[in-house]
Amino acid sequence: MGVGILVEDLNAWYGTTHTLQDINLHIPANHATALIGPSGCGKSTFVRCLNRMHETNPIARATGVVKMGEIDIYNDASPVEIRRRVGMVFQRPNPFPTMSIYDNVVSGLKLNGFRNRRILDETVERSLKQAALWEEVKDDLKKKSGASLSGGQQQRMCIARALAVDPEVLLMDEPASALDPVSTSKIEDLIFQLKSQYTIVIVTHNMQQAARVAENTGFFLNGKMVEFDSTHKIFTNPRDKRTEDYITGRFG
Amino acid sequence: MRVKFHQSLDELKEKLLVMAGMAEQAIQRSIEAYRTRDLSICELVFRAEPSINRLEREIDQMALDLLAMEQPMAIDLRFILSVIRINADLERVGDQAVNIAVRVREMGAFANIDLPVDIPKLASLSSAMVRKSLQAFIEGDAELAESVLRLDDEVDEMNDSAFYALSTLIKEKPELTPQSLNALIIARNLERVGDHATNIAEDVIFWVRGADVRHSNNAL
Repeated sequence: MGVGILVEDLNAWYGTTHTLQDINLHIPANHATALIGPSGCGKSTFVRCLNRMHETNPIARATGVVKMGEIDIYNDASPVEIRRRVGMVFQRPNPFPTMSIYDNVVSGLKLNGFRNRRILDETVERSLKQAALWEEVKDDLKKKSGASLSGGQQQRMCIARALAVDPEVLLMDEPASALDPVSTSKIEDLIFQLKSQYTIVIVTHNMQQAARVAENTGFFLNGKMVEFDSTHKIFTNPRDKRTEDYITGRFG
Repeated sequence: MRVKFHQSLDELKEKLLVMAGMAEQAIQRSIEAYRTRDLSICELVFRAEPSINRLEREIDQMALDLLAMEQPMAIDLRFILSVIRINADLERVGDQAVNIAVRVREMGAFANIDLPVDIPKLASLSSAMVRKSLQAFIEGDAELAESVLRLDDEVDEMNDSAFYALSTLIKEKPELTPQSLNALIIARNLERVGDHATNIAEDVIFWVRGADVRHSNNAL
């Protein structure tokens, strides 16, 4: 099951650039939460702070509190442990090109030392079914490489790979921006189904997509979170003029 | 900046204002026809109706295209939704003008008598409501729109008084029934014009504030 995420006074820097400033919000469990905002506003940095990927850059640092359920991710757990609890899907599908579909899906588990064939088989089937890819690839699991799939299939395979380690939170950074409309709608359907089991945070430039998949939406601008509210409120009657100017295209 | 989209919204607003001008003119002409019993003015009202109907379809199509092609959000979405609703109300105002003109033509077959109802005054009040609601739309002024809602009670009261006075007249002087019934229907048409102005004012408030105030009295 998913867990709620509580963020308190989160600040982040790249070198001397203060990329996130005093972010406070509560992301409810088992909901999809969308983050929108112009390029460079800090939304991707924000999600990278939620799985401690931000600190992998030597010039980056972050302060503040991020709690996933009861766990303070910066004090109570290692980055490896956190990344097992928090799956991530990126803008462009990133299969391991020399691995089969099967090995792609279980790569995280194998990295964590799982070798039991039966458990691996079950995990592959469960994850690919959750990612709505099982029927399309079940006969080629070990015959085809992950890179031989179409872009939309690759992205669903990457979602299956993220789900294979049984995370509580799924972060998606523009997961459909490189996909055609049919593949995009499959990913959106997937988000809708997965949120009953996981807490989903999705960064998107596509506001219609945010409106379709997320219960809550946060608007970021210049490293600050300007507004966080129900998606319905944000897209029909936002409180802040800057939010309205952005979503109605009156920006800049 | 979505320049083309916002230009299209301006064009939609201008088109709706043309529609508003035609609907207002139709009501004014129908009342002028009532006042003067000039059937040639009724003809002007009848002839204008197809243009109002055509414009209604054009505005709906334009709004539909913008919804489909531009996927508007927030205030822009509320604006387009309001335009669609106001468009329908203006078309109905045009229909009320036609209904009044039909009644005036009917009344032409009977003697022109003094009736215990001040139709021009009722017309002036309901027309003022339409004008004010459209002014609120032009200026995006929710407070002005609220003032229109308050006028509706006055129009309703005048219509109720007309009903009482004319039904009494019918009882007392049955020979005046045709003229009285026609006047009664005209009063009812004007009361409906006031209702459409109320709807327009509510749509302006929805557009500007994002607040749905329709039927708010019923909710109390």
